[in-house]
Amino acid sequence: MITARAAGLVGCQSCGRANSQGQTRCVRCGSRIDSRTPRSLQHVWAWMAVGLIAYVPANTYPMLITSTVGDRQESTIMGGIIDLVEHGSYGVALIVFVASILVPVGKFIAIGYLAFCIPRRMQNPHSLLHLHEVVEFIGRWSMIDVFVVAILAALVQFDLIATINPGIAAVCFALSVVFTMVSAQSFDTRDIWDRVEETSAGT
Amino acid sequence: MASLPVDLEDLIVCSKCDLLHRKATLSVAARAKCARCGTVLLVSRPRAIGQVLALALTAAVLMTVVVFTPFLQLQSGQFVSRASVFDTVMTFSEGIMLPLSFAVAVSIVVLPLTRLLALIYAFLPLFFGRSALPYAKVSFALAERLRPWAMAEIFMVGVAVALVKLSSLATLSVGPAFWSFAAIVLVVALKDTLMCRYSLWSLLDRAGA
Ligand SMILES: [Zn+2]
Ligand SMILES: [Zn+2]
Repeated sequence: MITARAAGLVGCQSCGRANSQGQTRCVRCGSRIDSRTPRSLQHVWAWMAVGLIAYVPANTYPMLITSTVGDRQESTIMGGIIDLVEHGSYGVALIVFVASILVPVGKFIAIGYLAFCIPRRMQNPHSLLHLHEVVEFIGRWSMIDVFVVAILAALVQFDLIATINPGIAAVCFALSVVFTMVSAQSFDTRDIWDRVEETSAGT
Repeated sequence: MASLPVDLEDLIVCSKCDLLHRKATLSVAARAKCARCGTVLLVSRPRAIGQVLALALTAAVLMTVVVFTPFLQLQSGQFVSRASVFDTVMTFSEGIMLPLSFAVAVSIVVLPLTRLLALIYAFLPLFFGRSALPYAKVSFALAERLRPWAMAEIFMVGVAVALVKLSSLATLSVGPAFWSFAAIVLVVALKDTLMCRYSLWSLLDRAGA
């Protein structure tokens, strides 16, 4: 087994073509290529920081604003979940809880953990790779609540009885999901695989 | 430095772990995976391009149904409201909510449709034996890169949650767009599994794109 880098080649991550060293664009598809993405961890940290900043107002500001005759109710992400529980919709409450709270928070912790461990050569690289796979797969699903808000707001526009409008938290939440997705994509998994090679060569 | 065949076109580099593979040793398996990390490198399926194109065209046509016909209908007493995806997107078209409207439109309609059209643009001429159009490779690379950002399937789960949330408030029924959207999610998933990126790239190579 030999990596493209060890063979003096640069692999294109977009089309899989092997390019000769020194090339900056893939000869086949024109994508920018690097043997290993430079400063990938700096990008990871930066995007994660903005994601985290956006996640705070996403939780404190209202996600949904429901106006009924003479009454105006604002509910945050957590408020919405509590409402669902009170109505007995435990299954849906669980979906929203997982997608809007458990996954985002877990993702921040996982990305931070990965970005902390990789340069310090801590942990088994195989388990780090597994964790990264999970983070990449699961991150997009946090968008569920943003879509729910969009659908509710589009449907419930009975001016006389009830209107639902999106709150500012919906925007913050959507941005937070996007930023953390970019953060997770900024990892260069090839770096972690290089370490797998080192460890197996060492023992 | 190891001695390798000079022809770089016969090599495949795994995008996840950088491991170098020879195409000849891979194409025996129906679905060849990276020897180290298991990423699918190629699927040997000679007729795949026709199937992939048919699926992409189907999904693109269904998308127009989705955008303009009612998605959900809500009835409470004598009040009826219908929402198409277009309405859903337009809900946030004012002021501070504009980025949200943009995000919804992009992730459920614009990106999925861009991916489909880019794929069709790159491969339809090849299917009919013509040479590739200009920028065919760029558009295929684009279709691939946009993949994580197209969120049609996540929107479907959002619809399900919204249905439950509203069930106590009003009677809900689903419109034609709902079914088209569900079909798109399935068709696109099937297309992405049938599609062999490597063979499509070499097809473009041979067509002189
Ligand atoms: Zn390439
Ligand atoms: Zn691999």
